[in-house]
Amino acid sequence: MDTFAALAHGMAVAVQPMNLLYALIGVFLGTAVGVLPGIGPALTVALLLPVTYKLDPGGSLIMFAGIYYGGMYGGSTTAILINTPGESASMATALEGNKMAKAGRGGPALATSAIGSFVAGTIATIGLAFLAPWLVDFAVRFGPEDYFALMCVAFVTVSATFGDSPIRGLTSLFIGLTLGLVGIDKLTGQARLAFGVPELLDGVEVTTLAVGLFALGEALYVASRRHHGEEKLEPVRGSLWMTKEDWKRSWKPWLRGTMFGFPIGALPAGGAEIPTFLSYSTEKRLTKHPEEFGKGAIEGVAGPEAANNASAAGTLVPLLTLGLPTSATAAMMLAGFQQYGLNPGPLLFAERPDLVWGLIASLFIANCMLLVLNLPLVGLWVRLLAIPQPWLYAGILVFATMGTIAAKPSVVELSMLAGFGVLGFLMRRFDFPIAPVVVGLILGPIAESQLRRALAISLGDPMTLLQSPISATLLGIALLALLAPFVLKGLGRFKANED
Amino acid sequence: MTSGDPAQWPRRVDRAGVVIAALLAGLAAVLVFDARGLSSTAMYGMGPEAMPVVIACGLGLLAIGNLIDALRGNLPARESADPVPVVLILVGLALLIAIIGFGGGFILATSALFVTTSAAFGRRAILVDSIIALVMSTLIYLAFDRLLTLSLPTGPLERLL
Repeated sequence: MDTFAALAHGMAVAVQPMNLLYALIGVFLGTAVGVLPGIGPALTVALLLPVTYKLDPGGSLIMFAGIYYGGMYGGSTTAILINTPGESASMATALEGNKMAKAGRGGPALATSAIGSFVAGTIATIGLAFLAPWLVDFAVRFGPEDYFALMCVAFVTVSATFGDSPIRGLTSLFIGLTLGLVGIDKLTGQARLAFGVPELLDGVEVTTLAVGLFALGEALYVASRRHHGEEKLEPVRGSLWMTKEDWKRSWKPWLRGTMFGFPIGALPAGGAEIPTFLSYSTEKRLTKHPEEFGKGAIEGVAGPEAANNASAAGTLVPLLTLGLPTSATAAMMLAGFQQYGLNPGPLLFAERPDLVWGLIASLFIANCMLLVLNLPLVGLWVRLLAIPQPWLYAGILVFATMGTIAAKPSVVELSMLAGFGVLGFLMRRFDFPIAPVVVGLILGPIAESQLRRALAISLGDPMTLLQSPISATLLGIALLALLAPFVLKGLGRFKANED
Repeated sequence: MTSGDPAQWPRRVDRAGVVIAALLAGLAAVLVFDARGLSSTAMYGMGPEAMPVVIACGLGLLAIGNLIDALRGNLPARESADPVPVVLILVGLALLIAIIGFGGGFILATSALFVTTSAAFGRRAILVDSIIALVMSTLIYLAFDRLLTLSLPTGPLERLL
């Protein structure tokens, strides 16, 4: 019953008027930014990080919770109405949702995705509240070598196991790891890869990297292929509300999507793509209306949307309990924590329970606010989508550079931002995944310091990595996950489910 | 993916892929070169130079992997890209950096970026866009400076406010 007490305490923190206001602002801003085409939840969090600079940690993390869910919801609105999924997790939604919008059923599509997200988010947050303390109990026994092994698992699953090409995923990861080396080595004070530039001694800022890769890279990419023609914005016609038939067809996909999303998100397996596509193919198989799939079946929106949201809450499990980000969005959340000198992990549960449980409780509240706010305000969000593309992207770039200008207005930092923009553009063009770069930058230095600590404790004996049963098991899993895609290449891989 | 891009043919050397592999190998070399300047002070375990070397080895292996993919023509097909808008946006970013570097201030810098990006996305009304950009960035400046008390770089325009 500890969980209930802790959660009740967290609720007490979250319902303070100021915190409710922060959650509301977060949900509103998150949706407004997330709804812009090409901007996924990770970038939404990155762009809005500077806004929270001046707040206290509690308030800003609560705002984050709102931004996170708001950004997710905004992304699915975009996917349904203009068929530009901001991230691969919204691809399944775009598949059916956009067809529904074209057929004049945009309202029910938005409604089923909003209500489905709410159901999934609520169930998954309950899952988070119960799973987290249990995992924390387990995680306090982790030594540095176990943490290092755990990060190896995350590295492999985030970059190699589930992407298109393990080689390109690993390449992205190693670019991130390289960027993580830049700056002063924390243990010996020696500068690495700084090349005598004083601004580089502090290392690469996560927000600079994320904003450059996601915002600038996306803008450059969209600009480079503008001549292929724009996607059209579908107006929301007809009723906003779901019919009885829609409800009947939606509630089971919601629950099934949640069942796919939460466990896969909670594993350090990286990303929401897999559960959303699993959910999509399951609904396609189970539906009583197979003829509608591909032409706008409501199950194909309800299931993947629920899976997407549930896995988003699921990724908070490794993030909060182990300090392990397994998606780009979680990596940005971690950057938000680090901005206040907080390190998520078992210790944070012991030292700042008010903060952790306040955040978890805020997730519930943000979820409810989304439902109340978004269905009535859908007209406003649609109007945001109607901004002409030149102004939209010009505004996005101004907003994106503004964060860096406000934090560090130096020529070096801005040049790095522009450089990461070019990198993001090239990676998109040549089909390298972006998220592993961000995860590599954040986790690389942590993994290195854990490994060095482990080796210092064992007096330099590398066998310590295999002597701890936890670490040996995790390293084995990492190795298996690394080799599996190469071995299974001939067999039908997950990608085959896409059509 | 439908386009007449030459990358569609299988078994054709992908030149861009070869360049990527070469860049990765170059990055690995930079890492090793940089790590040689570090002195290992750790009594036990690994010093600061170990990790760069490990990552450099990884990059070297990945360069080989990417090279094999490129030689086999295994890379995913690419749609044609228009370089003009990309260059325009990059010019905008360069202007932004230059204006901030020479003390031109936030409003002028972001306005320059706004106008070039808008032009990159096909707008040809530079005068109208300039006015919109100046008004918008002035409002942003005021909001950040007065309301959030975040300091943004000041130039001649900001001092007039």
